[in-house]
Amino acid sequence: MLFAAQRVHVAARPRFKMAAPMATARVDVSGIKDPKLDMCVRRALSVAPLALQIVAECPITKARACSLALPHCVVNTPVFMPVGTQGTLKGITVDQLEDLGCQICLGNTYHLGMRPGPELIEEANGLHGFMNWKRNLLTDSGGFQMVSLVELSEVTEEGVKFCSPYDGRETLLTPEQSIAIQNSLGSDIMMQLDDVVSSTVTGPRVEEAMKRSVRWLDRCIAANKNPERQNLFAIIQGGLNAELRKACLDEMIKRDVPGFAIGGLSGGEEKDDFWRMVTLSTDHLPREKPRYLMGVGYAVDLVVCVALGCDMFDCVFPTRTARFGSALVPWGSLQLKQKQFAKDFQPIDPDCQCATCRRHSRAYLHALFKCDTAAMHHITIHNISYQLTLMRAVRQSIIDKCFPEYVKSFMRRMFPSPEQYPKWAVDALASVNIKLD
Amino acid sequence: MKLELSRIVQGCRLGVLTGLGKTGTHSLEFPACVLYTRCASVPHLTQDTLRTLGGLPAVTQLTTATLAEHQEVLEEFKEGARRFAGLHDTVLFSSLHDPAASYPTGHVTNKTVSVWGSGGRIELTVDRYMALQAAIQPDWYQSMSDGETWQQNTSRKRVRKAVDRTLNHLDECLLLHQKSQALKQAEIFGVVEGGDIQEERLRSARETAKRPVGGFVLDGFQSGAMEQGMRSQLIAAVVAELPPDKPRVLQGVGCPDEVVACVEAGVDLFESFFPYQVTERGCALCFDFSLESDPESAVLESNEDRPMRERENGADSPEIVGKMTRFEMDLRDARYRDDFRPLVAGCDCYCCRNHQRAYVHHLLVTNELLAGVLLMLHNLAHYLVFFSTLRQALSQDRLVDFKRKILQVQINE
Repeated sequence: MLFAAQRVHVAARPRFKMAAPMATARVDVSGIKDPKLDMCVRRALSVAPLALQIVAECPITKARACSLALPHCVVNTPVFMPVGTQGTLKGITVDQLEDLGCQICLGNTYHLGMRPGPELIEEANGLHGFMNWKRNLLTDSGGFQMVSLVELSEVTEEGVKFCSPYDGRETLLTPEQSIAIQNSLGSDIMMQLDDVVSSTVTGPRVEEAMKRSVRWLDRCIAANKNPERQNLFAIIQGGLNAELRKACLDEMIKRDVPGFAIGGLSGGEEKDDFWRMVTLSTDHLPREKPRYLMGVGYAVDLVVCVALGCDMFDCVFPTRTARFGSALVPWGSLQLKQKQFAKDFQPIDPDCQCATCRRHSRAYLHALFKCDTAAMHHITIHNISYQLTLMRAVRQSIIDKCFPEYVKSFMRRMFPSPEQYPKWAVDALASVNIKLD
Repeated sequence: MKLELSRIVQGCRLGVLTGLGKTGTHSLEFPACVLYTRCASVPHLTQDTLRTLGGLPAVTQLTTATLAEHQEVLEEFKEGARRFAGLHDTVLFSSLHDPAASYPTGHVTNKTVSVWGSGGRIELTVDRYMALQAAIQPDWYQSMSDGETWQQNTSRKRVRKAVDRTLNHLDECLLLHQKSQALKQAEIFGVVEGGDIQEERLRSARETAKRPVGGFVLDGFQSGAMEQGMRSQLIAAVVAELPPDKPRVLQGVGCPDEVVACVEAGVDLFESFFPYQVTERGCALCFDFSLESDPESAVLESNEDRPMRERENGADSPEIVGKMTRFEMDLRDARYRDDFRPLVAGCDCYCCRNHQRAYVHHLLVTNELLAGVLLMLHNLAHYLVFFSTLRQALSQDRLVDFKRKILQVQINE
């Protein structure tokens, strides 16, 4: 009984040998005539290059600590994945990112597909080779950026139509093209192209988008040329409508995909709706597959959504806010450009072990900010360190069976008084049996 | 501080400065460059990225211009700029202006000079200048100077005034220096002015050499101020008036061919703002200076001489291209889009060990911050090896070979 909570669930046998980035031969799924080859392809399709081992589950909440084996290395979850949009993490070298303990980061298919383009990245041995990143990469589908960045985009059954911001030409991104680009990028986890509607939209458009996302998932699965070394995740849609979410979950779970993302949230909806959709999704998602909550990165959101059963998170916030001089700390954030820090000779966080806090003071960062971009790099390093350290502490508390206590002390540190706890967080945590005092 | 000359080759001084820093444990072989910083930080780099480079100079240059606005903070901090900026153990040389920045003229008076910080002009009297040095706590610092006579056609009268003012400033600085506790162990460097008038240059050098200074700063020779022929001639005349046992720092000259010519004229130390300027225009140093006549490395980049095809995403192209030197390659150029070679074959810097031209090109055209980081690392590394190879050439009597390599680039132009 000692290790009762450590039951091991292996979703699929990892195929690390096949994980050499992009150098191995392609398996073309379409139009295969040779029956022998056909067998190989079928086997490849059913064996995803991913294995999830549940290391510990919180007996009180839905939180869990897992080891997620991916082609380039094992990822300890819950995990925050920093975003390296254009094949680089905002001024940070890959060695610095590795030293921070980052095991997986993101690249954006939309940006990379535009510049430098999939052909060039493929020539460079995939995105791993192009940016010389030795660990795992996750790429999005490119659809979200089109909807959020491009004004003139139109969604049809075929795909997403948009005007290129670089040359103005009208382009169509289909599920097949999205996967083709992601195959060229060679990411360890690819995301399906989904029909994204703003989380504040209601009515028939939400249902249409959800159903289309299911159809597009099938097209994405069929289009994946590298199922033996690239995982394809489905994205649960359905807006803020519980019935639609449930219908989407039912349909998508039927597909044997390596993992699931909870999408269509974090788009300006009420937090009360947000957490209910998250918890509904984790209630139904299969236990033995990873759950990725897209676009979530505020510390409180991370801790609450771990309690609701999510494993993976990404957000540009920690790195973007760093470039505006905002350093994340366990009690909120410090706006280092403000005058009050000009003569503050303490590190950002005296308890933080990152390279920035071990060497530099708030006062120096305040001064340097007026003069050189290195100030941004210092704060970016600290903020990534903050996010990753937070998730490591969360994970350890799950393993140590004291996650609820950890959440309580986290909240006490983050807010000056319990009166300031956001109501949605209190409600969400109460739903998984954590009563904040 | 002690200067030991090991040899003089065609005017070039090869030697070593020992006993540097508060502990006296640092040394610096010369000819060399000191490490250029802004606000005590090498541009774009954190200490971790900087320390991926080997052979960093033992001396770091701080500019009063980028620190003046933080005077109050440094005074309250009390422990000097090195600790304030979280630098490793390094010798600090505090100079007046930022050699990589341009600043408006016409703001020098008999009693003051001005520097420009993020908040605008800061006027410095000798008192304030010395208070700043006391707050910075450098190991070496230049005395306050009127360096505004570098422009061509400056009148003889104005040049004479600049020399007089600078000598007056030096005398006042020396007085305050002797009274200062914070600067007790620091060396003050006298500044030689005189524009392009040899007579004034000689007067400035002779008078400065009479004062108890630890070394000399040669000011007003910056690139653009005069032709190299005149610069070499004036510097040679100036250093003939200076004691041989004290270092000579030349400000504002960084281009490799000019550096070599100035070393031949008798200069020991340079700044390293040049690799920063190259970085800022999206370029990478790629000139060949190796002493080995390896045919592979000799044709380092014959294709760099091809005319520019297409500069991607460079709105300020004409201006930048005008400033480009023949020692660098423009990584924004479309020809590097699919070039999977390192910036320079055989280069040991972090960028060349880990990344390819195509990647740096991508970072530049997408305006990513990492472009500046990687280029700064490479350019600084290339520049430091250029200096160490120059020293090697001097010690092995191979200056001619070295110069041939540097000049070869010019022949290809």
